[in-house]
Amino acid sequence: MSTTSMDLEKIQQGRSLWQDALSRLMQNHLAVFGLCVVILLILVAIFADVIAPYSYQEQNLVLGASPPSSDHWLGTDTLGRDLFTRILYGSRVSLMVGVLATSVALTIGVTWGMISGYLGGRVDMLMMRIVDILYALPFTIFIILLMVVFGRNIYLLFFAIGAVEWLTMARIVRSQVMSIRNQEYIDAVISMGLLRIKIIARHILPNIMGPIIVYTTLTIPGVILLESFLSFLGLGIQPPMSSWGSLISNGVETMEEYPWLLIYPALTLSITLFSLNFLGDGLRDAIDPRSAKD
Amino acid sequence: MFRFVLVRFLQAIPVLFLVISITFVMIRSAPGGPFDSEKNAPPEIIQQLNERYHLDDPIIKQLGDYLGNILRGDFGPSFRYPGRSVNEIIFNGLPITLELGFYAILFALTIGISAGLLAAYKPKSWQDYLPMSFSMIGICLPSFVLGPLLVLIFSIWFEWLPVSGWGQFNGDKLLPSITLGSAYAAYISRLTRGGMLEVLSQDYIRTARAKGLSEPRIILVHALKGGLLPVVTFLGPAFAGLLSGSFIIETIFQIPGIGRLYIQAAFNRDYTMIMGTTIFFAALIVVFNLISDIIAAMLNPRISYQGKN
Amino acid sequence: MSLLNVENLSVSFNTREGKTEAVKNASFSLQRGETLGIVGESGSGKSVLCYSLLGLLPMPPASIDSGKALLDGEDLLMCNKKALRHIRGNRISMIFQDPMTSLNPYLTIRTQLTETLRLHKGFSKKAALMKAIASLEEVGIADPEKRINSYPHELSGGMRQRVMIAMSLLTEPEILIADEPTTALDVTIQAQILRLIKRLQNDHNVGLIFISHDLGVIAGIADDVMVMEKGDIVETGTAENIYYQTQHPYTKKLLCSIPITGKPLSHQYSLETNAQPLLKLEGLKTYFHDNHVFMTKKQDVIKAVDDVSIEIYPGETLGLVGESGSGKSTIGRSIINLVNITQGKIMFNDKEISTHGNEETNISRRQIQMVFQDPYSSLNPRMTVFDTLAEAISLRVKLNREEMISEVVKLMEDVGLNADQIRKYPHEFSGGQRQRIAIARALALRPRLIIADEPVSALDVTIQAQILDLLLKIIKKYHLTMLFISHDLSVVRYISDRVAVMQKGKIVETGDTEDLFSNPQHPYTRSLLSAIPIPDPRKERQRQIDTSIT
Repeated sequence: MSTTSMDLEKIQQGRSLWQDALSRLMQNHLAVFGLCVVILLILVAIFADVIAPYSYQEQNLVLGASPPSSDHWLGTDTLGRDLFTRILYGSRVSLMVGVLATSVALTIGVTWGMISGYLGGRVDMLMMRIVDILYALPFTIFIILLMVVFGRNIYLLFFAIGAVEWLTMARIVRSQVMSIRNQEYIDAVISMGLLRIKIIARHILPNIMGPIIVYTTLTIPGVILLESFLSFLGLGIQPPMSSWGSLISNGVETMEEYPWLLIYPALTLSITLFSLNFLGDGLRDAIDPRSAKD
Repeated sequence: MFRFVLVRFLQAIPVLFLVISITFVMIRSAPGGPFDSEKNAPPEIIQQLNERYHLDDPIIKQLGDYLGNILRGDFGPSFRYPGRSVNEIIFNGLPITLELGFYAILFALTIGISAGLLAAYKPKSWQDYLPMSFSMIGICLPSFVLGPLLVLIFSIWFEWLPVSGWGQFNGDKLLPSITLGSAYAAYISRLTRGGMLEVLSQDYIRTARAKGLSEPRIILVHALKGGLLPVVTFLGPAFAGLLSGSFIIETIFQIPGIGRLYIQAAFNRDYTMIMGTTIFFAALIVVFNLISDIIAAMLNPRISYQGKN
Repeated sequence: MSLLNVENLSVSFNTREGKTEAVKNASFSLQRGETLGIVGESGSGKSVLCYSLLGLLPMPPASIDSGKALLDGEDLLMCNKKALRHIRGNRISMIFQDPMTSLNPYLTIRTQLTETLRLHKGFSKKAALMKAIASLEEVGIADPEKRINSYPHELSGGMRQRVMIAMSLLTEPEILIADEPTTALDVTIQAQILRLIKRLQNDHNVGLIFISHDLGVIAGIADDVMVMEKGDIVETGTAENIYYQTQHPYTKKLLCSIPITGKPLSHQYSLETNAQPLLKLEGLKTYFHDNHVFMTKKQDVIKAVDDVSIEIYPGETLGLVGESGSGKSTIGRSIINLVNITQGKIMFNDKEISTHGNEETNISRRQIQMVFQDPYSSLNPRMTVFDTLAEAISLRVKLNREEMISEVVKLMEDVGLNADQIRKYPHEFSGGQRQRIAIARALALRPRLIIADEPVSALDVTIQAQILDLLLKIIKKYHLTMLFISHDLSVVRYISDRVAVMQKGKIVETGDTEDLFSNPQHPYTRSLLSAIPIPDPRKERQRQIDTSIT
């Protein structure tokens, strides 16, 4: 028996590429900072009603707009609502948009890209031509139209944003699948007669996970930005609900008298975008060390 | 080359058709007509208005009529501003938006390419980290945050520049152009840096060094063409982004371009106006995509003019 | 005093993993008109040594720790940047390995040729153009006035290397450094380029430093030879001394690893005269259609395999040789159904397996396994050795975990791998070890026929020999039949019982190995054979003279 002849103590534990990537990520201080902020944000968004010192629609017209104080850490808006609370609740909207719209993009994009890249040939050509055509459409305009025509429905918004962002995801996944498809280990398992579903699940998916994770991380800030953009134009979240974009929009109206109403929401949005971008860049460098140069 | 341009041009037709149809169907299927807000108007008047604008025809016929009109270059009358045609309104706003876009892209290209070159020339030094930090800030500071902040600092606190306007006061074009261009400057600098570093690591750059060429010649003659390709292909999408960015900028700075017109039309349900501007935007985007593709093809001798890859 | 004198040159690389000494205390000298051959395997430091002379190494991570490199008494390593630029491309020129990537794809040949003349010699635009055209003519490019306006991608590999050579000699340098200039080329093109370099070296009286991993190529071109191993110069001497009175064990090992000098193993299997072929290709055609974007109706048909019939008998190894683009790999891929065939029949064990299939054809197909060329892409980087091999085994038989481990261990021992590495990932192995894993994976299905597609061409010559011997051992042990596909005639001669020669999608000649090599019939076979460099200076030089006459 060879197993018994083999000294189990001596088995050398291999280091997978994921472990390598994780250790590289942990050495990247900016990325770790980004990761911490993102985790913090998620916690804050989930426990917003526990943390928040006030209710988000609780008005105090007597107080009106007040600068930051010990009662209201970030001040109050013109209706006397606590800004800190409103930013907290805004994080829910932003993160929800980020997660849901990105999931929509991820689902459509990965499926589309996988099919197109794996099958290749005419199917691929047709599918990519569709993506090309859709790419050329002025989507921001359509989303605005959609919001105007069908009312400001938040789930419609998620879906609409996701429906735009999947295009790039599909292109990335397709090119990744194609490059993996050309690797000789895929030829090897095909010629061994492994089932197609197993080839995709065990050999293709794990090898394109890296770029998918990276691009997903980089899509989230884009989606958050798009929602804020629409809310800023008054096309996103409806009052009294608040989102960062609508807070910034309100802040702009009164920035001469009450600059904190602009500065704090703007700061929150920017730090979030920063963190997600740092994390995304860090992940890319960690997962594909050769790309560290760009 | 001619064939390449022709193929691209023909590809644009289905895109435009799609844009028109989607917009048309979307708007006509909206609940509530354009004259709903005229609460005091008796139903007979609404009926009359609907007839006058052929709103009671079947939707396919309306679409057909509309397409016919567009082919004749007529976007119809505005619903909201009686007596003014969509053509007229668009052509009043267009030069302003184009000018804004032009300054913004000029700003983005100048700053972006120089910052990217600087960073790529000495990677992992302060010359790299400094511009790249700024670029990160540019990407993470959206225009609707940056614009008001700049106004707050330069117009309200220091009172150096006017708060809003376009061509009415000295220097009132500066802040809008910078605000609109900054995110693109940031992207372009990252693309330039990435593209240049990629090219500079190629074997043929080693050949150029082994030939004794000077660093400026290596960068400007041997590396730049390839290094800027990603920037050129980005220009098409960037232009589309600039146009939608102009909605915000023109709203913040109260500039009477077509971006603001569009937002107003959307809120007012001014059907013909929405249609007109959307088609116009789509056409502009298609044209600029085409131009950026053609420039990229000219820069890269390996692109066969027949195909994309 | 010599033209170039290098003394005690040491170069190291400082990386996060620590310091590695790439070149240790290298000393050599070069005269005008003389050729120094530097030979070594990958990682021996032979290229680093030459790049460091011209300051072409990125510093950091590279650093020059000690030594001098005197060109006419002037130390290249101490030069300031400007002085060094004046030497590069002017007094010392370089030719690089891959003509595909070392010419700038965005610039015309004309720009790339004339710029050195304008820079170093102050030629006018017109004079530079005239000289550039003349030099293209000199390196044998037809119609140089027209060709000079082409972009590199419009030329073939051999032409590009000719352009590179023309470019390096334009400024009449004193020294020419050629870094593996023929490695990326087919053997017949290699022979032409070698002859060209040699002729031009004589005409221009330059000192030539010729870097190669190929002892055969070095034998033909070098006066003096320097053998490098892991940064050390282990042996230096005249070509005759190195090849005929070899001193250092490493040099001996290199020379022994070359298949052509080692006598072929006595082949184990004598063919039964009336045996049925195990694999039979009948009129196989595999065409590729180059689909253009819609609107262009024209379709280019590439006839990769064009009417090929071969028979492979049980127990034999058939070598299939051909140059790049000959269609040899496509045959292999057609047999295991990785590409769809256009016409013809593939019979395995008297059963047709070319049609899309039922369970029976699938079972037949599993008896044919392939070993691929690139050990870096033929293993899934995210699976351990165990996972890779267990996956293959489980396609053949269902086993519980314990039985599986023992089966995997047995396979690993078969291919000479330590069983304690069972949980390691591909990137933790060397190229040779990975190829062993790939062979183990092929064996896991207990195949009857192995298709080996260039299995050793990505490996260093000493590793190559080990893998070839492993293949021979396994074939014998499991009574396997093999189709061995390679561009390398020496390797094919070493391992095959019979050989088929392929050119442009067709088999031009088939025969028993020794018959075919000693008495080739087809002109193409003859030209291929005459182009193989022989690691024997006297024979090789004589051969070059012979072939350049014919």
